[in-house]
Parts: sequence; structure tokens; C-alpha cells
Amino acid sequence: MLRRALRLGLGRGLLGRGLGTWRGDSTLDWDGKVSDIKKKIQSVLPGGAWNPLYDTSHLPPEHSDVVIVGGGVLGLSVAYWLKRLEKRRGAIQVLVVERDYTYSQASTGLSVGGIRQQFSLPENIQLSLFSVDFLRNINEYLAVVDDPPLDLQFNPSGYLLLASEKGAAIMENNVKVQRQEGAKVCLMSPEQLRNKFPWINTEGVALASYGLEDEGWFDPWCLLQGLRRKVQSMGVLFCHGEVTRFISSSNRMETASGEEVTLKRIHEVHVKMDRSLEYQPVECAIVINAAGAWSGQIAELAGIGKGPPGTLQGTKLPVEPRKRYVYLWHCPQGPGLETPFVIDSSGAYFRREGLGNNYLGSCSPTELSPQEEEPDPGNLEVDHGFFQDKVWPHLAQRVPAFETLKVRSAWAGYYDYNTFDQNGVVGPHPLVVNMYFATGFSGHGLQQAPAVGRAVAEMVLEGSFQTIDLNPFLFSRFYLGEKVQEHNII
Amino acid sequence: MAAPKASLYLVAPIWKGGPRGIRGLSRTVAPEGNQRKRRTVLQFLADRFYDVQALREYLLRKQVSKVHQKNRSFTYVKEQYGPYIAAAYFVLKQGGAVKFQGQEWMRPNGRGRFSLEFFKFQAVPVEAVDASGCAINYQGLDNLLALKELQSLSLQRCPHVDDWCLSRLYQLAGSLQELSLAGCPQVSERGLACLHHLQNLRRLDISDLPAVSNPGLTQILVEEMLPNCNVLGADWAQGLKLGPEEQSQDTARSIPA
Ligand SMILES: Cc1cc2nc3c(=O)[nH]c(=O)nc-3n(C[C@H](O)[C@H](O)[C@H](O)COP(=O)(O)OP(=O)(O)OC[C@H]3O[C@@H](n4cnc5c(N)ncnc54)[C@H](O)[C@@H]3O)c2cc1C
Repeated sequence: MLRRALRLGLGRGLLGRGLGTWRGDSTLDWDGKVSDIKKKIQSVLPGGAWNPLYDTSHLPPEHSDVVIVGGGVLGLSVAYWLKRLEKRRGAIQVLVVERDYTYSQASTGLSVGGIRQQFSLPENIQLSLFSVDFLRNINEYLAVVDDPPLDLQFNPSGYLLLASEKGAAIMENNVKVQRQEGAKVCLMSPEQLRNKFPWINTEGVALASYGLEDEGWFDPWCLLQGLRRKVQSMGVLFCHGEVTRFISSSNRMETASGEEVTLKRIHEVHVKMDRSLEYQPVECAIVINAAGAWSGQIAELAGIGKGPPGTLQGTKLPVEPRKRYVYLWHCPQGPGLETPFVIDSSGAYFRREGLGNNYLGSCSPTELSPQEEEPDPGNLEVDHGFFQDKVWPHLAQRVPAFETLKVRSAWAGYYDYNTFDQNGVVGPHPLVVNMYFATGFSGHGLQQAPAVGRAVAEMVLEGSFQTIDLNPFLFSRFYLGEKVQEHNII
Repeated sequence: MAAPKASLYLVAPIWKGGPRGIRGLSRTVAPEGNQRKRRTVLQFLADRFYDVQALREYLLRKQVSKVHQKNRSFTYVKEQYGPYIAAAYFVLKQGGAVKFQGQEWMRPNGRGRFSLEFFKFQAVPVEAVDASGCAINYQGLDNLLALKELQSLSLQRCPHVDDWCLSRLYQLAGSLQELSLAGCPQVSERGLACLHHLQNLRRLDISDLPAVSNPGLTQILVEEMLPNCNVLGADWAQGLKLGPEEQSQDTARSIPA
């Protein structure tokens, strides 16, 4: 501001002098000029009287057909499919609002990047199968002329799930479903397991299931950046700001049974600009809630869950941030190149990271015992004691080589945790009619993002799910109390 | 506009034609300078005119679909003549060579023609396929995976063979003894990790893989993973410098496999 003021004042001063010389007026009223300039400077400084036309080019547009809250992998995937499935080029305007472009807290960058088809719900398996196809052809889906192809760094090493005596029957059933859906998964006895992976201690293992194709891990940043680049080339606008408020209108209606319901429609989204008090109202037709772990707050802003308990109006979006740790360790005698993504029957998991005998893994607190305390989600600090007490013992029991390991580093990230049934929430809200969800995936949101984006875009554009039927994942299940149970939540 | 001639490429690789063009698209690491030079006039136009942009996108898509076209599966041939004939037909059409059990190698002549007499070998399994330099990709690999007696497979310098393809080779685990991936630009250590399924493998050539980040270490790990297999590998000049092991490697290489 000061620099601009100075430049303005100086420019005018020079101009004045130039004119003066031209007029041949050689006796400059220097004192007068100086005081003039001083006055000018004063008026331009904050609090002064001079008020130039205000430049608003850094603000988002005042209208956009669709506003997507959250520029993580889910938000960008929805943007991509909206643009890809639109009937005419440029038919819909899409604005992505993201408050932190360093993605320092976003789950996408902090995840471990796994993809698997070993779920128990057919919907989840289908979502993953669709996504893996997307990832395989990522350079066709996300090709941008003139930009180099993406290097997804996919490690097709598969997932290996271990089941105890108790879980064996469920595992067998799950694998049956997975195979029906087209996943390439095989079952292994403890003996076969020992032959294949001699570094595993099979004590307490009754059955194992092993993904042969399309499972493994990849670089989440690559997917995020690839989506961003592509979406930008398709004309989606980005805005660095935070969604703080929704302006909506309500409409009282009566159902056929005489019940009164209030339908809401969001008209404006207020976007507060980064590091400033400034905000811009954006008029819009549709809002997509893809704010990951914070989507519960966004839903609350829209008035979701503010009503008498037990009613549809009073049903909250049950998504909250849950802190999860990931540890990276080194173990010279550890398992080799063939190591898959191993998930122990205790809930502890690990996978190989690169070539230098490094591994990363962890365990979710609730897996061990349900009444266990969740860590405080207020910050992203890592509890190293958790590894010592809760993760390492299980790892060392399963893979004896891990007796001697050295933790190199660790980080924490937020699961977009759905407390109701740990599955995604997809599609419109029944009362706030133009808010659509793409959230709540509780630890498998990254791998399903390509498919979920498409499902949401279909819902917005066509009014129904076309490719994969995600009706069980609609918001109304929270009100109806219908859990969609997934056995393989990690 | 005084732009260098090179910048007039529409879609950079497409005018180059031939396998080099194919590789241009699949290249993962683009040399920076080259890329820069080409991004001038047409990029300028594409940024400003939708038609030019659309045209370039169209050409890019066209290039991709050409590869898909080459790799579609011959369902009709397969149904009529069985998997061996279908696979042989696929490979020969791509310009590769096949060997039926007890027969001579068969390959197309210089103009890509080949005789169809192999259609009489319906019941004879294919035991070796040499698909060096072919435009075979994930989809096209389906044709080969049906060959349950395949003992030797060469995918040398195939521009579209990537880690995803390697993850499907486990289907040949029962028979495959020799595999060459030398010079495949898209194969990395991540794909090689899947080869642990191939327990019958006796000879594996993983030399000259530009996408492998640490050839020396990768070779050691692959050898550990496949203890019964002779791994021809990295050029030691670019990998680790290990005294004794380097020597043992050299002797291993001179043994004709
Ligand atoms: C440790 C860990 C391991 C994981 N491992 C896996 C795995 O192996 N496989 C897998 O598939 N998934 C995994 N996940 C889950 C996966 O990371 C998430 O499900 C997925 O990234 C969710 O994507 P998202 O776009 O919804 O969320 P995010 O990436 O968190 O994006 C949400 C964005 O919304 C922004 N935002 C929030 N509020 C506002 C607002 N008011 N205004 C503007 N912007 C806002 C945030 O800044 C954030 O960038 C893991 C997660 C963690 C934490």
C-alpha cells in the first residue's frame, strides 16, 4: 500500500514538473509542490480520503453454477467428471474453493496411498474397480496437451489380509463377493502363506486372502496434481479462500402423510479470502460438500442437523476428523521386494516403501479395542508411544524380523471418519436440496475418488446414479438408521 | 513470427511416425529443453483459439486410440480357432514372431505380411513369443495370457509395456521360464516386484530399463526374490559399484542361458 502510494505521488510530481518546464515557468514553487505531494500521500495512505476504484480481480466470480467446497482429491474428481460429462463444452461453470493450497492438513497428501478391492460391500468393490481402471489409464483420462505424462508410481504388489480363526468364515464370504464382482483375489492357507512369504509367522492365522491384480499403492500427490492440471485446462476456476457461510431460503411443505418439512435451498456461498477479512458472496445453483474431515462443519453451516433430535432436520452429517498416525521405519533384515500391503488380523498394517528396506505402517486405535480412546484431533502431533505400545508388538509378532527396527519418521493425518458406519456419503441431502456430498470415506477415500466423482457428477447432471448404484450411500440412511456394514475398514 | 521450425509440430510426437512416435507419448521423463522448444507457436495458438486447442486434443486422442485399435482382442478368431491361433495371429500382426511347439519360428516378412498356414496348428501349443518392439499394451496382453504352455516371452523395447502389464504375468507362472524386458521404457522396479509369482523363471533380462531408479540395487533385490533365476541386469557402470559382486555378475552374464 505504501509503495503504491509513493509511486502514485512520485508519478504525479514528475508529470507536474515536466509540464512546468514546458510552460517555461522556470521559478518552481518547490515548497508548494512538496506540500501538495505530502497531501496526496496522506490521502492515499490507509484512512485517507482518496478512494481509488477497488480492484476485485483476486476475488472469485460472483456467479458460478457449481461451487465445490474442498480442493482435495474428492473435490477435484467431482469437478473433473462434471466437466467431462457436461453436454456441451463450457456448459457449466465450476468453482473449487480451497482454503489451503499447500494441503498441509488435507488427508489426500497424508494418506498411505493404498488401493484394494478386498472389501465386503459390492459397492465398495465396484468403486475400487472403477478407480483402478481410471488410474491405469490416467494418462488418457487426464492428458493435457503439451504437459508431460503423469507418473503415478503405482506399485502393483497387492494386499494380503490375514484372518484369525474367528474371522476366517467372514473372509471366505468376502472373497466370494469380491470374485463375483470381478476382483482377482485368492485365498491362502497358512501353509501356502509360509511357502510364499517365509518371513511371516503364521501363528494365529487361519486364512489369508491375497490380491493378485489391481491392488497396491500409488502416489496420491500425482493423482491430485494430475486432476488439478486437467481440471484447470477444462476451464474450472480455483479460489483460495474459506467457505464461511451459506445464504439460503426455506420453503415449508407438507408430505402426503401431513408431516411438515422445511426444504432449503442455498443461494449464496460466502467465501472468505485467505489472510484477509474480505469475503465474496458467490451465487450458485449447486454446492458440493467435499471438505473431507471438515465436511461435518460445512454441513452444519448449511443448517443440517439443526432441528429436534430424531427428525430428518435434526440428523447431523456424522463425519468428523479422527487422527491417524503413520510411521516409517527401517529394518535391514525386513521382507524383500515381494512384500505386499499386509493387514494383520490385529488391525496393524504395513507396506514396503521404496527399495532400501524401509517400511511404513500403523494401526487404527479403534481396531484394537472399541472403547479405546481416540487421540485428540486438535493438532497433528505424533504420539510415538503409540507405536511402541500398540503397533510394534503386533508387527513383531507377525514378522519376527521386525523385532529390530528403527523408526525413521512419522506423521499424522485426519480420516474423514464417518462415525455411523465408516462408509462414504454420496449424493444430495434430502432437505437442503442443492447440497451434494462426497465425503465420509474413513480411510478409503483416496482410492475411490475417481469413481465417486463420477457418481456425484451423474447425480447432479442426470438426477440418478448411472455407472455404479450408490443408493445405499445416500444421506437418508442416517435418519432411517440403516447402516451399510463394511467388514474391511482399516 | 520467428519461431524455430521445430515448434511447428502439432502434437509433438505424431509427425515423427513409427515406433519413436509411440514412445514419445509414453515417455515419462521428458527432456526439459526439447519440451520447451516445441511449446511455442502452436501452444500460443492453442491458448488463444479453441479450434486449435480442440484440434490438438483430437490428435492426442487419435494417437491413443490407434494403440487401442492395435491391441483389441480377436474374439472371433479365438472362438473359431482357439487361444493359440488367436495369440499367434495377434503377435504376427503386430510384427512379432511366434514359435509353435516343435515348429520353426514364424515371423512376418519386411512388409509385415505373413502366411496363414499356422491356422492348421490349432491343437499345437505356442511355446515362445518374441514381441520385441511391438506396440502391445495392457489390453493386448490378454491374448498372450491365454497361452498356458508359453515358456519364453520377449517383450524387449515394447513402448507400452508398463508395470501394470507385469502385474498380470503371474497368469503364466505355471510355464514361463524365460522373460526379457530389456529396454522397456516404462518398466520400473515397482513392476519387477510382481515377478515373484514366476517361480519357474530361469532367465530374466532386465537390462537397460530407464525407468528403474536404482538399477544396481534393483537387480540385487530381484535376485533375492527369484533365487533360482539367472538375472541379466543393469549396466554396472550406472548402478552400484560393488567389487566382488560385480565380478560374479560378469561371469554370470557370459554364461549362455
Ligand atoms: C493416515 C491416513 C492414511 C490413509 N490411507 C488411505 C489409503 O491407503 N487408501 C485410501 O484410499 N485412502 C486413505 N486415506 C483416506 C484418504 O486420504 C481420504 O479419504 C481422502 O483423501 C479424502 O479426500 P478429500 O478430498 O475428501 O479430503 P481432503 O484431502 O482432506 O480435502 C478436503 C479439503 O477441504 C478443504 N476445506 C475444508 N474446509 C474448508 C472450507 N470451509 N473452505 C474451503 N476449503 C475447506 C481442506 O483444506 C482440504 O484441503 C488415508 C487417510 C489418512 C489420514
